[in-house]
Amino acid sequence: MKFGILVNEGPYTHQASDSAYLFAKAAIDQGHEIYRIFFYHDGVNNGTRLATPPQDDRHIPNRWSELAKEHNLDLVLCVAAAQRRGMVDPDEMKRNKKDADNIADNFRISGLGQLIEAGIQADRLITFGD
Amino acid sequence: MLHTVNKSPFEKNSLETCLRLSGKDSSVLLIEDGVYGALKGTKFEATVKESLNTVKMYVLGPDLMARGLDKNSLINNIEIIDYQDFVKLAVENERIQNWL
Repeated sequence: MKFGILVNEGPYTHQASDSAYLFAKAAIDQGHEIYRIFFYHDGVNNGTRLATPPQDDRHIPNRWSELAKEHNLDLVLCVAAAQRRGMVDPDEMKRNKKDADNIADNFRISGLGQLIEAGIQADRLITFGD
Repeated sequence: MLHTVNKSPFEKNSLETCLRLSGKDSSVLLIEDGVYGALKGTKFEATVKESLNTVKMYVLGPDLMARGLDKNSLINNIEIIDYQDFVKLAVENERIQNWL
């Protein structure tokens, strides 16, 4: 079965990033496909590569990047939410004339259409967030 | 249909709204702070017990344990499940409504 996952909450806020991650892992364990994980609103902050949490704490952005690398997941940050919050990939850096980018490995920035498409293509869409 | 509730009923009314609107034979899964809705002895106990006549209720075990609670704290007939079961519920139910 194909799952789409929507994450609407930033990392280290309440629990949404953890719940979504553990759900995604359990779904993969059972042989399901994760069609896409879409990060919206403060959820886009899951995709920063500049986070340095304490060493004894989970590293939420790296954990997503590693899961995506291992299972070839499509991690998408909403472009409008990302622009508001200063989440920048190399293309957005050029387009908006910024001096740096900060997107973590295996994330990409795209539009809200990607969420709609995930809703259409996936068998189930599940939302985590505030 | 699978409903998830992730807020404490003491914080938001999403559990009450969910239970009022969920159809017969729905599954309601309490996750994150939503697990507080499954506790015995709160002012929500009567509402939850009433709903158990028409819906199946589940609580996510890891989130329950993370809050220092266990099965002894729960209203009867609420099942404790893990993430693997969570995925299975999502597969069994054609639609998912996440109350945030």
